Amino acid sequence: MTELHIQTNDAPPPLEPLIYELGAPGRVGVNLPEPDVPTADLPDAALLRDEVDLPEVSEQDVVRHFVRLSQLNHAVDTGFYPLGSCTMKYNPKINEDMARLPGFALVHPLQDPETVQGALALMYGLQQWLAEISGMSAVSLQPAAGAHGEFSGILMIRAYHIANGEPHRTKIIIPDSAHGTNPATTSMAGLQAVEIPSDANGDVDLDELRKVCDENVAGMMITVPNTLGVFEAHIKEIVEIVHEAGGLMYMDGANMNAMLGVIKPAELGFDVMHYNLHKTFSTPHGGGGPGSGPVAANDKLRPFLPGPIVDVVEQGDEDTPPLYGFVHPPQSIGPLKAFWGNFGIMVRAYAYIAAQGADGLREVTRHAVLNANYIRVALKGTYPMPFDRFCGHEFVCEGHWKDAPGIHALDISKRLMDYGIHPPTNYFPLIVPEALLIEPTETESKESCDNFIEAMLKIAEEAHENPELLHEAPHVTPVGRVDEVRAAKQLNLCCRPVSHE
Amino acid sequence: MTYIPHTDADREAMLKAIGVERIEDLFAEVPAENRFPELHLPQGKSEMEVAWEMGGLASVNAAVNEYAVFLGAGAYNHFVPSVINHILLRGEFYTAYTPYQPELSQGTLQAIYEYQSMMCALTGLEAANASHYDGATSLAEAVTLARAHYRGKRKKVIFSPSINPQYRAVARTYHQGSGMKFVGDKGSATIPDLIDMLDEDTALLAVQYPNFFGQIDDFNGLADAVHEAGALLCMVVDPIALGMFKSPGALGADMAVGEGQSLGIPLSFGGPYLGFFTTTMKLVRKIAGRVIGETVDKYGRRAYVMTLRPREQDIRREKATSNICSNQGLMALAASVYLSLVGKSGLRRVAELSYHKAHYAAQQIDALEGFSVDFSKPFFKEFVVQCPKPVAEINDALIEDWGIIGGYDLSKDYAARENQMLIAVTETNTRDEIDTLVEALRELAEA
Ligand SMILES: Cc1ncc(COP(=O)(O)O)c(C=O)c1O
Repeated sequence: MTELHIQTNDAPPPLEPLIYELGAPGRVGVNLPEPDVPTADLPDAALLRDEVDLPEVSEQDVVRHFVRLSQLNHAVDTGFYPLGSCTMKYNPKINEDMARLPGFALVHPLQDPETVQGALALMYGLQQWLAEISGMSAVSLQPAAGAHGEFSGILMIRAYHIANGEPHRTKIIIPDSAHGTNPATTSMAGLQAVEIPSDANGDVDLDELRKVCDENVAGMMITVPNTLGVFEAHIKEIVEIVHEAGGLMYMDGANMNAMLGVIKPAELGFDVMHYNLHKTFSTPHGGGGPGSGPVAANDKLRPFLPGPIVDVVEQGDEDTPPLYGFVHPPQSIGPLKAFWGNFGIMVRAYAYIAAQGADGLREVTRHAVLNANYIRVALKGTYPMPFDRFCGHEFVCEGHWKDAPGIHALDISKRLMDYGIHPPTNYFPLIVPEALLIEPTETESKESCDNFIEAMLKIAEEAHENPELLHEAPHVTPVGRVDEVRAAKQLNLCCRPVSHE
Repeated sequence: MTYIPHTDADREAMLKAIGVERIEDLFAEVPAENRFPELHLPQGKSEMEVAWEMGGLASVNAAVNEYAVFLGAGAYNHFVPSVINHILLRGEFYTAYTPYQPELSQGTLQAIYEYQSMMCALTGLEAANASHYDGATSLAEAVTLARAHYRGKRKKVIFSPSINPQYRAVARTYHQGSGMKFVGDKGSATIPDLIDMLDEDTALLAVQYPNFFGQIDDFNGLADAVHEAGALLCMVVDPIALGMFKSPGALGADMAVGEGQSLGIPLSFGGPYLGFFTTTMKLVRKIAGRVIGETVDKYGRRAYVMTLRPREQDIRREKATSNICSNQGLMALAASVYLSLVGKSGLRRVAELSYHKAHYAAQQIDALEGFSVDFSKPFFKEFVVQCPKPVAEINDALIEDWGIIGGYDLSKDYAARENQMLIAVTETNTRDEIDTLVEALRELAEA
């Protein structure tokens, strides 16, 4: 069975066999019943296949295999994970329990709304809360991730200009510090991304902004605090300049963990934004997803929201609760996915906001910002930093030194693994050389921050005194550095030969 | 302060180290007039109170563990083996993120590589990505791939009218600004009608298999005709059906996409689900999203890593064809565990159980006065019933009086399909449930 994996004789054995390398012909992992109805004739054999090439393993084979695989991962539940821009905070366990209640997990999306009033009430409540936190007037929970929310928002801006008879407005201004999803979103919507530089302080260069603001501007996408972790010094001026030119303001809300109860995007003048429930509101990242990226809009843009969204369709009174239903915003850009969004993620976010309340959410942000500044100040003398100012919930430093040639951010990252810490985000934002974007989140204790600081300071010393230690790192992880070039050149995405039987 | 570990002493020491007096001082750069607004939200609750409140909301929903369900139309009540939830609750899996650092993510990486391998086995295609948001967005991304493949020069997409209406709507939402034009799905075009629409402007022709009405269309000659026109063929497939029916690869498809919810993922009122996407090696460099490849580490040990990265938004930025970043990774893990558990014989078994039960139900219902089932084509686990009354009326009575969640009202999407109900039957429907449904329909027709 292993012939597809040619191992040289002296190579160490794989950490864990592939599921296809386990088991034996004839074995099954789940017992299914006999038919309790008379069987029907199968259709014409020409329509049928012989067999599907799937594993043949027992239940215990499966459990051991996946548990052993899980043990090869670093996760928030196993250690510190200061991955900037991703808000890897603790994921409360009750959230998982709530999402698995039969009344939420075992409900079909196309059931009559009258049979799912609890689910709709939850969605309505979450829409209201997210509107309140942002100061926006309406929310659609449909987008499945941040990038999906961005796509909604940019399509809404496009639709708005078309509805106003200004289809020539096709330029979306994006600072060079932006996340890659922002320009990619713009192109997907058929609009043009126009990049503008940041100034020496990490803020948008206002002169450059004015230069590109003409009658073709559809809007601007900007992250607050920006991807360098700082609150734009001139945010209101930026909004004013773009609005004056007839453009609309999109806020990438990936960094809302720095804003809860501290500032409402709508009050800064933003017209539309997305949330990442899987960042700010503690829903787990799932090894890559699922997330949820609700989009929030002000009065100007709410008619264009993707839908449907939940609304009260019959007012209640003292004795009867209101009747909830789905409604389509009048000028909706259309549905962004099948059904209503990643409902299971909404349930988790609802549990989190209910537990925190207004005061709790503000404390989240206060402590996220406290932790980030605490670490920033401790590393300031040792790691180069592009600017010296307060940060929001994260900050960026540079992973290189003139007197330690050959050391890169990547080496520092790999060495951190030896200290049991997941590396910060590397090489983003692109405008900072050898960027290390560090986001501790509020759920890490002072000891946890101190431990990270100590590791970072130690690594800086090692970088100067024993650079090989970094170049060879990591030393204690399940695998050493992996050969990415080989992965791309000898493309192997599937361990079985494809058969058309 | 829930989930925040700081003590007063911690805060004091940290503020001192930073050199400020109060946490508020850290927000000096936020415009003062907008700083610290009031939030009109409920007071925070204890864990116990949260559980009560949410338990209350959950309890008023009609859940499929208490009702017999014959509703499908894109989301299905297939059996979910216990093991899956236990694996998904491993904190090492669900509290990790995208495997950017392969040395700390071999668990996620290998599990997704195995998922890719199993999806290739199912679809008979050569390459899969690590997931899209759901079946609908997978189809939208198939259109994006076709557009990129022809560098925007071919603008026409032919959709069969029997593709899930939601999927077609989502693809249109995605492509409202991309310049792609959608044809074919407004009337009742058959496969030969769709073939007639092929021309040199056609980038993609997409069909659903089994189609939205549960039927297996005759695809003879389809792939050849599409390829002769220089276009690509995409099939939207039900992965459970692929346990018994020929693979899209065997039928000549260039892409097979669809909804993986049936592979061990609970209904959850519509999400999170799993958009799967498979294609040929020829097209793999145009695929969107994360792709996991096999390689070795520096000791020569087999290892896994995200590969073909230069396609993606974080590197290609405005030149990337898709903006997808977070995906549905944990749901792909669920599918890996599911497919491992059921394995070679079990998937066939699930498919055949669904098939037999659906056919039993269809025959019983067809025998009822006033009802008729469309037997014009072979079908899998869903079938169309012409009813003597509006479907909404029947469904109201089914849930009120019989504890049954009835089928899908096709007139919502197809004006010509008045009084037509789409019924789904899976291995989880017992004969008892089916007999009760039949009995209920008999009485409702007489009433
Ligand atoms: C600043 C920023 N914007 C957008 C996104 C995209 O969010 P998602 O991965 O949920 O699509 C991210 C996520 O990494 C981000 O950090």
